[in-house]
Amino acid sequence: MEVSVTINGTVQTHDVEPRTLLVQYIRDHAGLTGTNIGCDTSSCGACSIHLNGEAVKSCTVLAVQADGQEVRTIEGMADADGTLHPMQQAFMENHGLQCGYCTPGMVMAATSLLAENANPSEHDVRIGLEGNLCRCTGYQNIVKSVLAAASA
Amino acid sequence: MTDLHELTTDNMEISGESIAAGNGVLGQRMLRKEDPALLTGEAIYTNDMKVPGALYMAVLRSPHAHARIVSIDTSAAAALDGVHSVYSGADLADSWAAPMPCAWPVTDDMKNPAHYPLAVSKVHYVGDGVCAVLAVNDSIAHDALDLIDVEYDVLPAVIDLEKSLSDDIVIHEELGTNKSYTWPLVIEDNEGDCQKAMDESAYVVKERYIQQRLIPMAMEPRAVVALPQPFGGDMTLYSSTQVPHILKVMTALTLGIPEHQLRVVCPAVGGGFGSKLNVYAEELLCVQLAKTLKVPVRWNEERSENAQATIHGRAQIQDIELAADENGKITGLRVRLIGDMGAYLQLVTPGVPLLGAFLYGGVYEIPKAFDFSCTSVFTTMTPTDAYRGAGRPEATYAIEHAMDALARKMDIDPLVLRRRNFIPKEAFPYEAYTGLVYDSGDHDKAATVAENILDYDAMRAKQAAQNVAGSTKRLGIGVSTYFEMCGLAPSRVLASLNYSAGGWESATVRVLPTSKIQVVTGTSPHGQGHETAWSMIAADKFGVDPSDVDVLHSDTAIAPLGLDTYGSRSLPVGGVAVGLACDKVIDKARKIAAHQMEANEDDLEFAGGMFTVKGSPDKTMPLAAIAFEAFTAHNLPDGLEPNLEMQVTYDPPNFSWPFGTHMCAIEIDTETGAVEVLQYVAVDDCGNKVNPLIVDGQVHGGVIQGLAQALFEEARYDDDGNLLSSTLAEYLVPAASDVPPITLGESVTPSPTNSLGVKGVGEAGTIGAAPCIMNAVVDALSGLGVQDIQMPASPLNVWNAIQQAQATNQENNA
Repeated sequence: MEVSVTINGTVQTHDVEPRTLLVQYIRDHAGLTGTNIGCDTSSCGACSIHLNGEAVKSCTVLAVQADGQEVRTIEGMADADGTLHPMQQAFMENHGLQCGYCTPGMVMAATSLLAENANPSEHDVRIGLEGNLCRCTGYQNIVKSVLAAASA
Repeated sequence: MTDLHELTTDNMEISGESIAAGNGVLGQRMLRKEDPALLTGEAIYTNDMKVPGALYMAVLRSPHAHARIVSIDTSAAAALDGVHSVYSGADLADSWAAPMPCAWPVTDDMKNPAHYPLAVSKVHYVGDGVCAVLAVNDSIAHDALDLIDVEYDVLPAVIDLEKSLSDDIVIHEELGTNKSYTWPLVIEDNEGDCQKAMDESAYVVKERYIQQRLIPMAMEPRAVVALPQPFGGDMTLYSSTQVPHILKVMTALTLGIPEHQLRVVCPAVGGGFGSKLNVYAEELLCVQLAKTLKVPVRWNEERSENAQATIHGRAQIQDIELAADENGKITGLRVRLIGDMGAYLQLVTPGVPLLGAFLYGGVYEIPKAFDFSCTSVFTTMTPTDAYRGAGRPEATYAIEHAMDALARKMDIDPLVLRRRNFIPKEAFPYEAYTGLVYDSGDHDKAATVAENILDYDAMRAKQAAQNVAGSTKRLGIGVSTYFEMCGLAPSRVLASLNYSAGGWESATVRVLPTSKIQVVTGTSPHGQGHETAWSMIAADKFGVDPSDVDVLHSDTAIAPLGLDTYGSRSLPVGGVAVGLACDKVIDKARKIAAHQMEANEDDLEFAGGMFTVKGSPDKTMPLAAIAFEAFTAHNLPDGLEPNLEMQVTYDPPNFSWPFGTHMCAIEIDTETGAVEVLQYVAVDDCGNKVNPLIVDGQVHGGVIQGLAQALFEEARYDDDGNLLSSTLAEYLVPAASDVPPITLGESVTPSPTNSLGVKGVGEAGTIGAAPCIMNAVVDALSGLGVQDIQMPASPLNVWNAIQQAQATNQENNA
C-alpha cells in the first residue's frame, strides 16, 4: 500500500507491505540508513526518530501509521551547510560516542528530552534516556553531552 | 563547528611549519575525527550497504539444546514466492574444505568436535544453525523459515558443568567425553610448595566463585555481505568484525578458496567487546553461497539471534584457596577452574582461561607456591569465547574477592591487607612467580589516589555509624586492585601457549607528493578512535597537524598486513608500530635532505616538519619539499629508492601491564535487596596517554560493563537448555538510569617496554569493576552474617542472601 511521509522536509511516497515498520520504511524504502536497528523488542532505542516533533522508537510504529506525518531522522539534524545541530556538536565535544551505533537514536531522544525540559538535572537526563541503550560509553559522556547542550 | 574534512582539504600549503615535532599533540584531548560521520548518519555499517541484486539469507536455528535431526522437509519453504533456495547442513556438507576454525589448541590432546556452519546430524545448542534460506528480501527469507519442517529426536540437555564432567550424557559421541582439556600452569621447582603452604599457614580461605555466563551485546548485531566480483573469481567479504585479517586467512582455509582472491572489509563496526573476534558460520555461508551462485549474498543478525548465535563470555567455576601468614602476607595460592566451552570451540574459546591463569596473583608478591589448573568442558549451550577482558576479569575477581574474604577472616581492613602484599614500586621490572616480567607498576600510588578521592577513612567511619543493628540501609565499601596482561602479544610467548598465530602488528606510513600523510594500520577499530589517535602519533613525529594525516584500516586490500583489534593490543602494538614506521620515513627523508643540502646526515636536525643544518639555521628543507623530491626522483642519493613510504612489523618484547585501583561506596536496602552505587572511583594507570579523552571514555565504558556483570547481567538457561534471556528485555544491559557517574583518578607510570611508553586500556575498567562492586556488596552485609553473594547481585539474590543469613543466625542462636 502507498504510504507518504514527510522525511526531513521532503515528501516521500513508497508502496509498502502493510506489515512494514516505520524503521524499515526509513531505511529500506527512503534509503536513510542513519537510523539503526539494535533489537527486536523495542528495548534499545537505536531507531529513535522524531515523529511530529517527538521522539519515538521507529520500530514501534507501522509505516502506515506515519502516513501523512512528519518524520525527522539523524540525517535531518545538521544544517544544509554541514553545521552540526547543537546536540550533535555537544556529543562531539564531550566524547559522547564511541562506536556510534546508538548515537543517532541518542541524539534524537536527547533533543526531544530538552524540548520537554530545557534545564534538566543529571538525574533528569539519566531517567530521560533510559529507553536508549549504549554499550560503549557507560553513559557518562552522553549525560555530559546532553547537559552541555542544555546549557549551550 | 570543527570541520575536520575542511581542514584536510583547505590547508594545502606546506604543512607543519607552525608546529614543532614533539609538538605537544600527544596527550591532548583532541576531538575525534570519526565523530562527524557517526553523528550525522553518514557512517556506513555493514547492514547499511546498498547491494543491488543481493539475496538475503536467513538461518533456521535449533529450538532444542541437544537433539538428533531425524528429517528435514524444505519443500514448502522453497516453494514460497520470492524464495531462491533452501539449504540444509547435509546439502552443504561437501562445500567445506575444513571445519570451522579453532586457533588455540591449548594442549596436544585437546578434544575439538568438528563444527560446520550448519549442523548435519545433531544440534548441540539452542541457536545452532540447521538450514539457510536465500530470498529476494529479508522478510520473505524469514517467512520461509516458518515453513521448514524439521523432525528432531530430542536428547537431554547438559547445562551443569560438573554434571557434564561426569560424562553421563556425552554431547559429542565421537569424542567419548565432554572434557575438552586440562591445562595446568607449570611452575618450575615448586612441587609440594602449595600444599605445604595450605597445611602450615596461619590463615587459609577456601572459596568458590561462579562467573556467570554473559552476553557481549554489542549494540550493532552482526551483519555480512559477500560480494563476488563479476570476473576473475575474486570475492569481497564485508563483515561487522573486529578481525578482518584473521577472518581472511580462516575463510580461505575453511572454504578452500585462494587467499589472494579474497578481500575482507569491515565498514563502520558498532562495538565488539570480543564478540566480533571470531569466524562465524554466517560469514562462511554467505561467502560459500555467493561463490557458488555468483550473486551477492547478505545476512543481518536479529538481536535474539545475536543472543543465541554470537559467542557468550565468562562462564567459569572458580575454586580458590589462599593461604597467608599471621601478618596476612600471602604464602600460597591454589586455583582450580572449570571452564564452560559451550557446545563447540570457536576461534579462541579454549584459550580464555589461560589468559587469566597468569593473573591470579593480582598485584601481590606471590611465592612460587602457586598451583593452577583448568579443566574445560562442553555443554549444550552457546559457545563461549573472548568477552571484554577474556580470562583476566575472572582471575582478578577471584583473587580480589578472596583477599576480602581473608581480610574478614583476619578482621583487618582490606586495604591494609592489600598494602601488605603489594609488589613495591622499587621491585619493577618484577619477575613474577609465573616467569612473566611485569614491566612497571606503582600500586601504592594508584591506591592512594583512589583512597583520597573516596575519602576512605571518612567513609569507613560513616559506615560504622550507619551499619548499626536494625538499620535497613547498609553501607558497603569496595576495594579492588588489578594487574592486566594485555597488548597481545609477544609471538614467542603465544607459541609457548600453543596459540596458532603471532602477536605482531604492522604499520605503513607514506608521505604523499603534496606532503599529506597516510598511515596504514593493521588494527581494526570499532569505536576506539584509532583514526584520531594514530593521526596524533604521526602528527607528533612529523610535526604536522593531525588533520594532515589520514589513517587507512579495516580493508585487507588497503591494509594487507595486520592482526586486528582485541586484547587491548591496538595502541601498545599497533600504535607503537605507527610511531616506528614514522621514524623510518624520517630516516629516509634525512638521507634525501642531506643529499640535497650537501650536508652530513648527522648534522641535520628535524623539528617542526623541517630539516635544519645544525649551526646554520638558514639552511633548511621542509618535509614537503623532500616528499616532492622523493616523488619526482630527479635528484636522490645513489641507490635510494623513490618515494617516502616505510613499513614496520612490530613484535612486542613483552605484554603491556596496566594496573589500577577501583573503590566504591554502595548502599543496600535490606528490605528490598536493592543495591545503589553511591560513588565509584577508578584509577587506571595505562602509562602515557595519546589522547586522554579517549582513554577516559574507554575506562567509563569498561567500568560499567564490569558493574553490569556484578549487578545486572546473566545469560540464564532452564534445565532443558533454553536461553531465557535472549532479548534486551530480559538480558539486563543497564541504562543510564541504572548506573552511577564515575570519578577518575590520575596515575601515569610509563611503560618501559615500548617507545611510546603506552599500555592498553580497552579492558581495564571491566577488570577492576566487578570485584570492586561485589566486595562492597559483601562488605555491606557481612555484619548480618552474609558470607558471599553470587553475581549478579540482583535485588532477589541479595534479598535471598539476607534471609538465609538471618535464618542461619536464628538457628545458631536457638
